[in-house]
Amino acid sequence: MKTIFDTSVAGREGCWPCEGKAEEAYIPSELLRQGDIGLPSASELDVVRHFTRLSQRNFGVDGNFYPLGSCTMKYNPKFTEVVAAMPGFTRLHPVLPQLQGAGGQCQGALEVMYETEKLLSEITGMHAFTLHPMAGAHGELTGVMLMAAYHKDRGNKKTKIIVPDSAHGTNPASAAIAGYTVVSVESVDGIVDPAALAEVLDDEVAGMMMTCPNTLGLFERNLPEIVRMLRKVDALLYYDGANLNAVMGKMRVGDVGFDIVHLNLHKTFATPHGGGGPGSGPVGVCEKLEPFLPISRVVKLEDGQFFLDYDYPKSIGYVAPFYGNFGVVLKAYAYILRLGRAGLIRATENAVLSANYMRKRLEKHFEIPYNRICMHEFVASAAEQAKTGVRALDIAKALLDKGYHAPTVYFPLIVPESIMIEPTETENKETLDQFIDALIEIAEMAITDPAAVQAAPRTLPVSRLDETRAARAMELTDDL
Amino acid sequence: MIPDNLLYAKSHEWCSIDGDVATVGITHFAQEQLGDLTFVELPGVGDTFEAGAEMGSVESVKAASEIYAPVSGEVIEVNESLEDAPEKVNEAPYGDGWMLKFRIKAAPEGLLDAKGYAAVVESESH
Repeated sequence: MKTIFDTSVAGREGCWPCEGKAEEAYIPSELLRQGDIGLPSASELDVVRHFTRLSQRNFGVDGNFYPLGSCTMKYNPKFTEVVAAMPGFTRLHPVLPQLQGAGGQCQGALEVMYETEKLLSEITGMHAFTLHPMAGAHGELTGVMLMAAYHKDRGNKKTKIIVPDSAHGTNPASAAIAGYTVVSVESVDGIVDPAALAEVLDDEVAGMMMTCPNTLGLFERNLPEIVRMLRKVDALLYYDGANLNAVMGKMRVGDVGFDIVHLNLHKTFATPHGGGGPGSGPVGVCEKLEPFLPISRVVKLEDGQFFLDYDYPKSIGYVAPFYGNFGVVLKAYAYILRLGRAGLIRATENAVLSANYMRKRLEKHFEIPYNRICMHEFVASAAEQAKTGVRALDIAKALLDKGYHAPTVYFPLIVPESIMIEPTETENKETLDQFIDALIEIAEMAITDPAAVQAAPRTLPVSRLDETRAARAMELTDDL
Repeated sequence: MIPDNLLYAKSHEWCSIDGDVATVGITHFAQEQLGDLTFVELPGVGDTFEAGAEMGSVESVKAASEIYAPVSGEVIEVNESLEDAPEKVNEAPYGDGWMLKFRIKAAPEGLLDAKGYAAVVESESH
């Protein structure tokens, strides 16, 4: 497909009802552009068709199934968009709550933030929340900084953070960026083993970061013992909420003994993501960590008014401009209210049911290394198929030809040729069956005609991309 | 693809000892598991490591992975050519794809011979 620049013909232009022209008289002459602006010339129809075609080549959950493990690409109901587009919210200036006497003009927005914090606290069993972090990894870094602030305040000398090998890939990165040494603990039979933990646990451990269920889609059954062990050395337990979709409404992580939790509103609470954002990664803490939360904090006065409080001397300070991604928070708030307690629990149950249904139907066709009741996702392996030369990557590419987004492949690293599938609760049984049938067909083709699978995709705008060359000879700029 | 004349770490590095100089790289099995390498990050000449310490990392189209020093000692030579040609590690992991030379400060400990490493590979491939 040609770029809009390729189709440019000098002199072509669209029309616009008013002549918007900058007042050149007010702009110093040395700042005025000399020469051509370098933009393409095209008619309005050319532009409309070009960008409509591009949009048709875009792949999203609005059009097709998106079983991307570890990412919870569920459908985002449109009513949340309507709520987020209400002019009472969109026309607010973010500096308003900080202006003297202007707080009265943004009480609704402040109430949304206050109530969302309360709802998230209720759902997770945590004492307090900050909505500021802009994404999951940002939430992780905020959480680890809270950990550090707590230990500093207590005079603890801590240098290490423990991360299981089944945790999310960002966990060790967040701990390292915050200045800790990362200590890995190996899973035994797919989950954290207290005996293995005991070998790496000592007084210098600041905390442990866990994803539960973990990236194998398995529930961490040894949590009570892990909590006891960590408390003995005053180490904190961090919950990576990326997989909360599996336990929302069923388990409150605060009740289990987690001290810090981040949630991915853009996963569990149905706000759009993929393509880089915007995300939202609120962080919840237990009571003893509340003084360290970032500022500002939304406070409710006795007369029912809301205001922003910055007076928290032990706070880790600012982690984001203003109050995080307010629009995303607003969508999550609308989603929680619309589903209610019963709806959130049903969503969780259906997410787990869907994953187990797929796992059972696929187990005869793919190796499933930890084949037992899973949570919201499961990890299959293409190790069998790899014997005929068809790797997980080839299977993922073949799925593209059949109209599906590829699942996550080669993660988690502890399963060779891994294919990580998360159906989510929003797909109906017919869609799940069609996807399973497609995977079975590819598995059969891997035996009868491996070369055909290796040659996929054939039906897309671009054929198999050379990922190695793309990574080795990167070209990140284009000279317009 | 496990040469008899080399020593191996469980973390999939190999080394060959010549006097007090050890040449180090990653194994054929390691490069095969990683797939096409896109980036190799190595320490500099003069850096010192204890055996088992993280000394660099490799990135492939699939994953990023740490590499660990199989011996204790000081880096005396770095295979600079890997910076522009990481594919050498895929093509010849025991040859042109070598990574570092160490001046070792003690006889290597806890490394496996070819047979011992073959058992590690066997247990990890399934």
